[in-house]
Amino acid sequence: MGIQRQSKKSSLDALPWIGGSLLLIFAFVFWPTIEMFTLSFRKIDMTGQIKGWYGFENYRSLFDNSDISGTLTRTAIWLLVVVFATIVISLPLAQLMNMKIIGLKVLRFSVIVPWAASLVITTTSWKWILDAFHGLANLILQDLHIIKEPIDMLADPKSAFTWLLIVGVFVSLPFTSFVLLAGLQSIPSEILEAAKVDGADAWKGYWTIIFPLLRPSFLVAAVINSVYVFNSFPVIWVLTQGGPGYETDTTTTFAYKIAFRDQDIGQASSLAVGNFLVIFIFIMFFLKLSKWKELDRE
Amino acid sequence: MEGTGQGMKLRARGQVSVKRRMKKSKLFFSFIGFFVSFGFLFPYIAMFLIALKPKSDISDMPPTYLPKTWVWANFINVFHELPFAMYLRNTVIISLSTMVLGLLVSVPAGYYLARNNFRGRSAFMLIVLVTQMFAPTTLLIGIYREMTKLHLLNSYLGLILINTAFNLAFSIWILSSFFKSIPLEIEEAAAIDGCSRWQTFRKISLPLALPGIVTTSIFIFIAAWNEYVVAYTLAQSPTVQPFSVGLALLTGYYEIQWNYLFAGSLIAIIPVIILFSSIQKYLVSGLTAGSVK
Repeated sequence: MGIQRQSKKSSLDALPWIGGSLLLIFAFVFWPTIEMFTLSFRKIDMTGQIKGWYGFENYRSLFDNSDISGTLTRTAIWLLVVVFATIVISLPLAQLMNMKIIGLKVLRFSVIVPWAASLVITTTSWKWILDAFHGLANLILQDLHIIKEPIDMLADPKSAFTWLLIVGVFVSLPFTSFVLLAGLQSIPSEILEAAKVDGADAWKGYWTIIFPLLRPSFLVAAVINSVYVFNSFPVIWVLTQGGPGYETDTTTTFAYKIAFRDQDIGQASSLAVGNFLVIFIFIMFFLKLSKWKELDRE
Repeated sequence: MEGTGQGMKLRARGQVSVKRRMKKSKLFFSFIGFFVSFGFLFPYIAMFLIALKPKSDISDMPPTYLPKTWVWANFINVFHELPFAMYLRNTVIISLSTMVLGLLVSVPAGYYLARNNFRGRSAFMLIVLVTQMFAPTTLLIGIYREMTKLHLLNSYLGLILINTAFNLAFSIWILSSFFKSIPLEIEEAAAIDGCSRWQTFRKISLPLALPGIVTTSIFIFIAAWNEYVVAYTLAQSPTVQPFSVGLALLTGYYEIQWNYLFAGSLIAIIPVIILFSSIQKYLVSGLTAGSVK
């Protein structure tokens, strides 16, 4: 390809072409990152004024926060359940989208909709569906005589968190299933034919031939989706704002509340640094998976 | 080909039964597909039915499944009942500017990356890739402090800059793969004809990469259109808030006017959904930096 044919240019030659992107990334991705790390070691008062260095005091106060252990547990559950359930549902979904069925275009379009539509609006619709007085869920449950009185499904922490998980999976399915679909479509048709054996062997053929070929897509989908799910703010914020109290917070919404409601920038920054490190680990995974240097040479 | 009539007949019968079975299973899976489609559209259908309800129906207890009268005018009334026109204007300004700025910086970067090897190339690619993974959500506190220092709270510019920065990875990746797909020979021929590097880029490569540029534009536009967290944090004044922030704030009221809220929501999401499905083909490869094609 062109890259090999030409000699290596100097960075200075590249600067006019890549300078704009670099500037934006340094100014609006790196600067806030450094700012956040610094803030986590600063003593900051309620008005946001910096009162000097603070060592690890912010981190200590975070660990002393009575809501942190619950939040950490919930974050782990949130991440594991949503990512895992999404993968499990996405595989048959991707298979279905890869079949020559009637209404295939409608199906693919429908699956894309939650991906394209604003997350806030999708979640707002769910909030209405779950509304205690006017919502659709209560109406259906009452008409089916499953419940007698309308219940507020977002008031009780356990049921609220369960619904967060459900909506979380709902909005994660499109990305993951389309990644798996792309993976399926990249499998040569001869291999697909070979795996298509009649009867009981069809299952075996699927798991021994097709499934291993999908492994890279699975891993990439899982890692990228983990980042999305971990960062997910709108779903939780619109449905419960992490409430009642802090009972449905994850570290992402918890950090937001500490920073912008309790006005404790120092403690919030220390939690944000923790969040940053979690994502950093996922990035390392992704870089390993994607073998990005080799991909570039194709 | 074996010849005996018996064998041929048997084989034919076998094929017919296989065909019939395939037809049956096709119908079965089509049926499932139909239900799955409905499941994914469910919240939006629900929104649609509420959007058409008259004002008097909204506080009905118990509510009804369908509107008693279908008030299509709600899609117009939302502009009077809610500050929806303002939200829409703000969203359009932010998304279009983000798109233009994003293209201005990512087109040259994508082109150079596709055509040249340079010192620091790997480092640059790594930086871009890492940007994609760090959503602004994690860096919100830093972003807020920075924007306070730069006096860009409650401004379009602040939102535009942040949106552009965090969408560079997808843009650069997609554009560079489009530029790479243009045969080098075309550019070399232009160079022999006396075109400068800039002229070759502008007159030859840029028009040829137009599909990539359109894809990128749509992607950046939609990402900025749907952005919530940054706008929610930085834009406290309604005069700069996009619809995602403005409409969500309305759900905090005691008496929520769900019909107008959802009429507005549908106006805000339908065009974007259509645009988004038009770039479906490139989404996966762009968002996984090409590791799944």
